[in-house]
Amino acid sequence: MKEVEQLTREAEQAVDDAEDLRSLDAVRVAWLGKKGRLTSLLKSLGDLPKEERPQAGQAINEAKQAVQARIEARREHLERAAREERMARESVDVTLAGRGQRRGGLHPVTRTLERIEEIFRQAGFGVVDGPEVEDEFHNFEALNMPEHHPARAMQDTFFVRPGEVLRTHTSPVQIRSMQHSEPPLRIIAPGRVYRCDSDVTHTPMFHQVEGLLVDREVSMSHLKGVLTDFLRHFFESDLAVRFRPSYFPFTEPSAEVDMECVICGGQGCRVCSGTGWLEVLGCGMVHPEVFRHVDIDSETWRGYAFGMGVERLAMLRYGVDDLRLFFENDLRFLRQFA
Amino acid sequence: MRFSANWLTEWIDHGLTDQELADRLTMAGLEVDAIEAAAPEFSGVVVGEVLAVEPHPDADKLSVCRVSDGEGEHDVVCGADNVHVGMRAPYAQVGAELPDGTRIRKAKLRGVASSGMLCSPRELRLSEEGAGLMALPQSLHAGTDLRTALALDDRVIELDLTPNRGDCLGMIGIAREVGALTGKPVCRPPVEEVGTESERKVGVSVEDAGDCPAYAGRVIEGIDTRAESPVWLQERLRRAGLRPISPVVDVTNYVMLELGQPMHGFRLEALQGDISVRRARKGERLILLDDRELELDPELLVIADESGPVALAGIMGGRETGVDARTADVFLESACFAPTTIAGKARSLGMQTDSSHRFERGVDPEIQERALDRATNLIQQIAGGRAGERTLVRGSPVARPEIRLRRDRLRAVLGFELPDDRVSEILKSLWLEVILDDAGWKVTPPSFRHDLGIEEDLIEEVARIHGYDQVPVESLPAHVRPGPVPEAEIPLSRLRQCLVERGYQEAITYSFVDETADQLLSEQTEPAIPLENPISSDLAVLRTSLWPGLLAALAHNVRRQQGRVRLFESGLKFIPQDDDIKQEKWVAGVAWGASEPEQWDGRDRPVDFYDIKADVEALIALGDGPAGDYTADRHPALHPGQTARISVAGQEAGWVGRLNPETAGRLDLPEDVYVFELPLAVVASGRIPSYTQVSRYPAVRRDLAFVVDESVPAGDLVAVAREAAGELATDVRVFDVYRGKGVDSGRKSIALGLILQDSSRTLTDEDADKAVAAVCRQLEGRFSATVRD
Ligand SMILES: [Zn+2]
Repeated sequence: MKEVEQLTREAEQAVDDAEDLRSLDAVRVAWLGKKGRLTSLLKSLGDLPKEERPQAGQAINEAKQAVQARIEARREHLERAAREERMARESVDVTLAGRGQRRGGLHPVTRTLERIEEIFRQAGFGVVDGPEVEDEFHNFEALNMPEHHPARAMQDTFFVRPGEVLRTHTSPVQIRSMQHSEPPLRIIAPGRVYRCDSDVTHTPMFHQVEGLLVDREVSMSHLKGVLTDFLRHFFESDLAVRFRPSYFPFTEPSAEVDMECVICGGQGCRVCSGTGWLEVLGCGMVHPEVFRHVDIDSETWRGYAFGMGVERLAMLRYGVDDLRLFFENDLRFLRQFA
Repeated sequence: MRFSANWLTEWIDHGLTDQELADRLTMAGLEVDAIEAAAPEFSGVVVGEVLAVEPHPDADKLSVCRVSDGEGEHDVVCGADNVHVGMRAPYAQVGAELPDGTRIRKAKLRGVASSGMLCSPRELRLSEEGAGLMALPQSLHAGTDLRTALALDDRVIELDLTPNRGDCLGMIGIAREVGALTGKPVCRPPVEEVGTESERKVGVSVEDAGDCPAYAGRVIEGIDTRAESPVWLQERLRRAGLRPISPVVDVTNYVMLELGQPMHGFRLEALQGDISVRRARKGERLILLDDRELELDPELLVIADESGPVALAGIMGGRETGVDARTADVFLESACFAPTTIAGKARSLGMQTDSSHRFERGVDPEIQERALDRATNLIQQIAGGRAGERTLVRGSPVARPEIRLRRDRLRAVLGFELPDDRVSEILKSLWLEVILDDAGWKVTPPSFRHDLGIEEDLIEEVARIHGYDQVPVESLPAHVRPGPVPEAEIPLSRLRQCLVERGYQEAITYSFVDETADQLLSEQTEPAIPLENPISSDLAVLRTSLWPGLLAALAHNVRRQQGRVRLFESGLKFIPQDDDIKQEKWVAGVAWGASEPEQWDGRDRPVDFYDIKADVEALIALGDGPAGDYTADRHPALHPGQTARISVAGQEAGWVGRLNPETAGRLDLPEDVYVFELPLAVVASGRIPSYTQVSRYPAVRRDLAFVVDESVPAGDLVAVAREAAGELATDVRVFDVYRGKGVDSGRKSIALGLILQDSSRTLTDEDADKAVAAVCRQLEGRFSATVRD
């Protein structure tokens, strides 16, 4: 029995000495295999006296189990070590950049337009568009700007062909909408507009969003409501808004909308010429003459319309101080609006 | 419109500070753009009289002047060359402080003592002009403080008037407006009756009262040509932005500023016989005051004497009959020309004047006599002269409409109710005749308010004077119904997002481009539509492709050291078609530089055809409809070997390819630029998904490599293989293209993977073998393909 204990210790030592799974397997074969030393010991049981056999057999089996357990433990240890070593080899520098394409970005005017559209969609306004080469009827006459009207002369118009111009505002879409759909109407019309003017504060092309609502019980107070809400949501600020009488041939009464200067908080600065106010919108109640041009009875229906310059809103929202940047398409500028 | 603030207080004692006045006007629709001091701060400057001028003993350019400041005489060294004996000029006494902060001390200039300084307008910051001393009117007394003498403690208010408010292009209109806003009375300057002291008279006939509803005129002869306009008048003109010239010219300008009535003076001797107001005749010519010679036509209204046109009515006078400082005898005109006759003419001639500006907006048709008498009074006060009898031609009075203002309508449009009294008060304060009755008001506007014609105009007047800030802020109850959402249409925003995710930056370029660039890049053969009045030659035609703008933006960024550019744009192209212009929405992109941003693992390679084609495929795939068909084709701007014409479901769907290196060279672009351009109508139309059952049986894949001629497009091979494999083929894909060892030159090996599957059973080897055999047979027959082992 001394021998069994001795062999067990030897076997256990061999297990512990095995440095990898292969040598561990060799140890297993050498001790527990068909011809292994402990197995052989079991075979030699027959040489023992009969009465000693059960006890010796039990001792040898226990020894085999102990060695087997030792091997399992060792295997687990070696496997874990091997796994850990492999993972150590597989570790990466997590600070290196991810691979592949980098996202581009939307133009700030598009970003602004989508924001404007989103706000008005919530109030039930549908988004429509119209042609950019527009006939003089839609661009001027139907908007109560007959030929030689001073307001018509004030819009520096690009002429395309006789009777056709590049639209000077998005207002003709109002007319097209009223021609094609029956009231009630709630639309906004974003898009490019063109004026023959180019200097530090003017580009020959820019963007506007036109709005039109036609319904039965519409009043100026609703117009004030929708635009005050719009400006506060667009700038995400509870800013002061004021309406001031103005003149547009296609609205009566007409108003210019000023909002509290977002740069100085209404204290007065260079951007607001020291007034604390920024002119951001034109609006008014749809002129009966406009309704007449599209065969809508102005006794039954009333409406309001408004228009805003998209670049101006983008400049105020994002702090852009030069209008011309929008059309240079310099990536160093554009990437700031991804 | 610029005017002196002090002048306004002469008209109406409004009791407001400048800022209060500005706020009230602005909130009533007369926007105040600026309030400026009429003169900057300075002190110790008085009117000096130059008594003697001696040359400086040691300096050629200087003189030594004896100057009186009313109390004493001083020697002043002066460098101006317009200094002369008797001249009155601003004299800064010792101790004076100039606008730039300079204090005047006793000094010695080249050895001569100088006490004080004679000033130029620039030194006092009264004008930008700086040459020489400021010559003051002779009427001023030496020693009077200059600020008092010129009434410089005043402000200039600048109004930005909307075109409907022509009535406010005179002090009279602004005063009326302030009266309505404050309730204070308006004091018009009195006009004295003009006695007839001259027998001379110019007869007037008006061809069409529609062009000229009123024409008043009068001769004044024997005007003192040495007289000069008084300081107050000169200063008011100056503050309105007009230069004083001579009493007659100054007075006509002054009355225009005061009453809004443009006036004109003719040199009497230059007029031949009577005058008529008539349309010009074809071929007539006229040399204008600004020396321009004009060929006239019947669109233009003229004042003509017996020799022909002498003035362009309401716009500008003629040179021959013009008045200058030596003119002693004049014929004064105070007329009303119809806005419709004048409008647009001055602009198309490029000569907008203070006069045309007012007539286009409409002057008061009832003020001509008053203006004429007022001007006569002023000329006679300043320079004497004998007035002749007034000539007056007046058509039937312009009918003023009675406008109905309904109480209900007022409330409905504004969204709140105003007491009747308040409404009547507002309307009356605006000089409207008002009759209150059961339904509301009957209102007759005054002759000077051309802008009031309908009920809404009156509603605006009421709201404007009451204050827009009094209109409540409310939200309209939403009569909103759910709207259509066409599911098969891909919104532009999704197409944009797709490109953004794929590394493109959105650009917005002008819709008008350089004609040469457009011609080079467009597939259109018809020339692009030119603008009649382009802003510059490189923005002259309406684009027929989005590439010119995008490629210009690419070039801009390459010049600014960007090593990699991917840009896209969506917008209209303007395609000439017969006599029409097709305005089509397209989306286009350009790519140049590395296929991906610079990375650390050295996989960098330049962008190529298949990169940009993948972007196009991604866009088309958004619709979930049929994939595009790509056919090798020629495009005038693109590389002949790297260009595909795209079609989707048989519809033309644009182009993808590499820019032709020659085109790139001509546009100063790098060689390896890739571009695409797709019509939105096709790309944005997709399909609504429709479920088909997923097969529960496994798929079988068979891989086969075929050797074919270089000229055989892989797409054709795939199409034929797919057809040959029959219904079982769920996919046929190219997984390798090989040239080189083992393949004859001029040929290539294309490896196809056939994916076969049935929805009702597991496929057998025989099934697969049959499909493969069919594919081989077809490819051999159609493309002489050989199977490569
Ligand atoms: Zn500010």
